[in-house]
Amino acid sequence: MTETSLKTPDSRKMVLNMGPQHPSTHGVLRLELELDGEIVTGVKPHIGYLHRCFEKYAESLDDYSKVVPYTDRLDYVAAMSQEFSYALAVEKLLEIEVPERVEYIRVIMAELQRIASHLLAVGTFGLDLGAFTPFLYCFTEREKILDIFEKASGARLLYNYICIGGLMKDVPSDFKSDTQNFVSTFRPKIKELNDLLTTNRIFINRTAHIGVLPAEVAINYAASGPVLRGSGVSWDIRRDDPYSIYDQLDFNIPIGQGEVGTVGDCWDRYIVRVLEMEESLKIIEQALEKMPEEGDVREKVPKRIKPPEGEVYVRTESPRGELGFYIISDKSPRPYRVKARAPSFVNLSLLPSISLGSMLGDLVAIVGSIDIVLGEVDR
Amino acid sequence: MIELLEYTIPSTMLALVIHALLPLGFILVYALFAIWLERKVAGHVQDRLGPMRVGGWHGWAQTIADMLKLLHKEDIIPTQSNKFLFKMAPYMLFTASYGAFAVIPFSSAYIGSRVDIGVVYLLAILSLLTLSVIMAGWASNNKWSLFGAMRSASQMVSYEVPTVVTVLSVIVVTGSLNLMTVSEMQTGNDLFGFLPNWLILQNPFLVIAFIIFFISILAESHRVPFDLPESESELVAGFQTEYSGMRWGIIMLSEYADMLLLSLLGVTLFFGGWNSPFGVFMAGPLWGFFWFILKGMLLVFVMMWIRWTLPRLRVDQLTYLCWSVLIPVSFINLVLVALWEMIF
Amino acid sequence: MVKVLKEGLLTFKSIFTGMGVTWGHLFEPAVTLQYPEERAILPDHVRNQLFVNIEDCIGCNLCARACPVNCIEIETVKATVGDDLGKTSTGNPKRLWVTQFNIDLARCMYCELCVHPCPTECIYMTSEYEYSEYNRNDLNYKFSNLTPNLVEIYKDKAAREAEKLALEKEEARLKKEKEKLEKESKDKA
Repeated sequence: MTETSLKTPDSRKMVLNMGPQHPSTHGVLRLELELDGEIVTGVKPHIGYLHRCFEKYAESLDDYSKVVPYTDRLDYVAAMSQEFSYALAVEKLLEIEVPERVEYIRVIMAELQRIASHLLAVGTFGLDLGAFTPFLYCFTEREKILDIFEKASGARLLYNYICIGGLMKDVPSDFKSDTQNFVSTFRPKIKELNDLLTTNRIFINRTAHIGVLPAEVAINYAASGPVLRGSGVSWDIRRDDPYSIYDQLDFNIPIGQGEVGTVGDCWDRYIVRVLEMEESLKIIEQALEKMPEEGDVREKVPKRIKPPEGEVYVRTESPRGELGFYIISDKSPRPYRVKARAPSFVNLSLLPSISLGSMLGDLVAIVGSIDIVLGEVDR
Repeated sequence: MIELLEYTIPSTMLALVIHALLPLGFILVYALFAIWLERKVAGHVQDRLGPMRVGGWHGWAQTIADMLKLLHKEDIIPTQSNKFLFKMAPYMLFTASYGAFAVIPFSSAYIGSRVDIGVVYLLAILSLLTLSVIMAGWASNNKWSLFGAMRSASQMVSYEVPTVVTVLSVIVVTGSLNLMTVSEMQTGNDLFGFLPNWLILQNPFLVIAFIIFFISILAESHRVPFDLPESESELVAGFQTEYSGMRWGIIMLSEYADMLLLSLLGVTLFFGGWNSPFGVFMAGPLWGFFWFILKGMLLVFVMMWIRWTLPRLRVDQLTYLCWSVLIPVSFINLVLVALWEMIF
Repeated sequence: MVKVLKEGLLTFKSIFTGMGVTWGHLFEPAVTLQYPEERAILPDHVRNQLFVNIEDCIGCNLCARACPVNCIEIETVKATVGDDLGKTSTGNPKRLWVTQFNIDLARCMYCELCVHPCPTECIYMTSEYEYSEYNRNDLNYKFSNLTPNLVEIYKDKAAREAEKLALEKEEARLKKEKEKLEKESKDKA
C-alpha cells in the first residue's frame, strides 16, 4: 500500500460546485465547496477561467507603451489605477520626471477611480446580500465619474489615458468644474447609502462577526487594501511609501474598528470602503485647489522607448490593495519581463482561511467583502 | 352570486363551473398586472422607468408579451430528474394557492364556498405549498434546488405557527371561523362616531398581531427579506433552478397568487374585508369588490416596496426570528387580545 | 429582554429609514435614457469606430505598427515615375498607392494608439457606435478606394518598373565588372 491515505467520503458532507456561472462569484470564480448542511466545511477556489496571458503577451509586444491598454484590462473596474501604476514603473526605469500638472491630474483621476471602484464594490456587496436597490444607486453615481473620464479620455471603461511620460491628452476645460460639481453632489449620496444599507440592522446582522480576519492572518497572507485595513492594520502605500504627490496631500487612513462586531469582519471591510470614498473626496478637493491651471501634459519621451538595462518594482495603492509592477528591461524596446502583483489574487487566497464554519449565505457575503475582480485574479 | 348564475344559466353544472372559475380569471389578470407593477415599482425606486416599450403606455403589455414568450419556450426536463414529480410540482403549487381562494370573500355577494371552517381550510391548504416546493426541489435533482427546497420547508413550517396564532387572536375577537361572517362583523362606521369598525382599530393588541401577521406572510410567500428559498445571489434560483418555460411561469404565477391571497386574508381579518372605509358611502357588492382588491393591492405594494429596500436574512436568523421572537410575542399577544376582549 | 426590545426597535427604525429613502426615490425623475429615441450627448473626443480618410493616407504603415492587436492591415505599391498621386490636405506628397487598408473592428480595442503617430491625421476615431453586424467578417472594414483592376495595373506597373530598375542595375553592374576586367587585363598587360 502506498502512503496516500484515501479519505473515505463522508456521506454527511455534500460537495457543491459554486460557479464559474453563479450570480455572486463576481465573474468566473469557481468555488469547490464542501458543505455540512448549510455550513461550509471546505472551500477551494479554482481560478483561471479568465486567463488572458497578460504577462506573456506584454513581453511579446515590441513597445513599452503598447502594454498600457492591456494594463487597463487587468482590473477592468479600476483601469486608471493600473495605468498609473504601470506608467510610474516605466518612468522610474527611464528616470524621467513628469510635469507637476500631470501629477495632479493623475492623482485626481486615480482617486475618482477609487471612488468609482468602491461604489461598485459596495453596491455588489449589497447585491450579494439581497439588497438590489443600493446597487443601482451606486451605479448612478459611478456613471457620473465615468462621464468625467469619458470627457477627458474618450472612453468609459478602458481609458488608456495615463501614458508613459504624462497623459494622452490634456483634460477638457470644464474638468475642474465638473469634478467639483461631482464632489459636492456626492457627499449627500454617501449619507443616503448609509441610511439605506450601512445602518440597516438586517445588513449589520448579515455582516457583523462574519468572516473575521485577524490582523496577523491578514499580514501573513500579504493581504492589502481595504481587506487589510478592515482588520485594523493602518497600512496604506499612499502614506507609507508615497508615490507621485501623495506626500503633499492630507488624508486619513480609515481602519476597521469593529464598531458593530469583531474587528476584521465583513462589515469592517465594507465600512472601510465607504470611509475611503470620503477620504478620496478630500484628496480630490485638495488636488483641484493646488493643480496648476496651465502646463504641459507630456514629458518628452523618445518615440521608441528603450529603457536602460535594469529592473524596477513600483507599487501603488489601487482600490483593491497593493498593485505592483515588476519590469525587467534588457535595453531593447521590448520589455523582458512584466509581472503584475495583483491585489485581488492575493486577497482571494485568504478565502478558505476565513470562511470555514460559516454558512452558505455568509460565504457569499465574504466573497463580496473581499471584492475581487476576476480580470485581475486571472490576468 | 351562485343564485344569480344559476338563474341566468340553464345548466346548474355549468353555473357551478363558472362560479368556481371566476377567481381564476381574476388571478390571471392580477398576476399580469402585479408582475408589471413589481417591475414598475422596482424601476421607479431605482430611478429607472421599468418596462416602457410593449403596448404603448408605460409598457403595460410587457407581461403579456413575456407570457407569450414563456409559452413558446422549449419544455426542458432534466434527464436525471424524477420526471413525474418534476412535471407535477408547478401544478400542485398553483392548485394549492388557487384552492385557498375558495374561502376568500371577494365582496358581500361573492365567496367561493361559505364554509364555517374557512380559516382552518385556508391554513390547511396553504401547507400544500410547502409540499409542492419540496417536490419541485427534490425532483429537479439539482443541489441548488434541494437547498432551496429544504430552506423553504423549514421556513414555511416555522412561520405557519405565528401566522396561525395571529389569526387565532382575530378569531378570539370575532368568534367565527367563517371569513364572510368576519367581514360582515366589520360593517359600519361606529367607532368614535366616524372610524370604520375594522378589527385592527377595535383592539390595540390586534395592531401588534397584524405586524406579526404581516412579517409571517412575507415569509410564507417568500418575499424579501425572507426570500431564502430562491435567494438568487446564494442559491441561483433555489427550487426553481431547473424550471424553464411555462412551468416556471406557473411557479411565478402561483407566487404572485400567494402574495395576493395572504394579503387578502390580512385585509379580511384586520382591515374590514370588502367594507368601504366610509360606512354606507360607496358600499355595495361591486364597490365591495373594489375596496377589497384596493386594500389587498396596497398590502401587495408594501411587500414590493419592502422587497426593493431591504437585504435578506440568513437562514439561522430567519428561524431565530420566528421561534425566539415572533412565536412568544404572538402567544403573549393572544392572551392580551383575549383579556382586552374580556374587559371591554 | 430589554436587549431584545432595543434590538427590535432599532431594527424597525432602520427598516423605516431605508423605506423612507426608497419612497423618496420613487418620485424622482429617472436617470436613464430611453435609448433609441433619446441618445446621450457624447463629448468631443470619444473613442468609438475607427475611420480612415483614405485620400490623405500616405501608406506609411505607422498606425499598423502602433497597433497592439494588429488589427490594421496595410498593403502599398510604389508609384511609378510620372504617376502623380497628388498631395494630402496637410501638404505631404503621396508616393505610394494604398492598395489595401483593412481595419478589423472585431479585433480593435479602441485604445487610440494608432491615431497619434499618423503624420497626416487621416486615421481617427469617430463618435459612431452603432455598427454591429450579423456576420463577423462584415466588421473587417476596407478603406482602400482602388478597384481591383487598378490595383492590378499599379502592381503591374510597379513590377515592370522594378524589373526595369533591376535590369538597369544589372546592366550597370555588368558594365562595371567588364570595365574592371578590362582594367585588370590592361594592368596585366
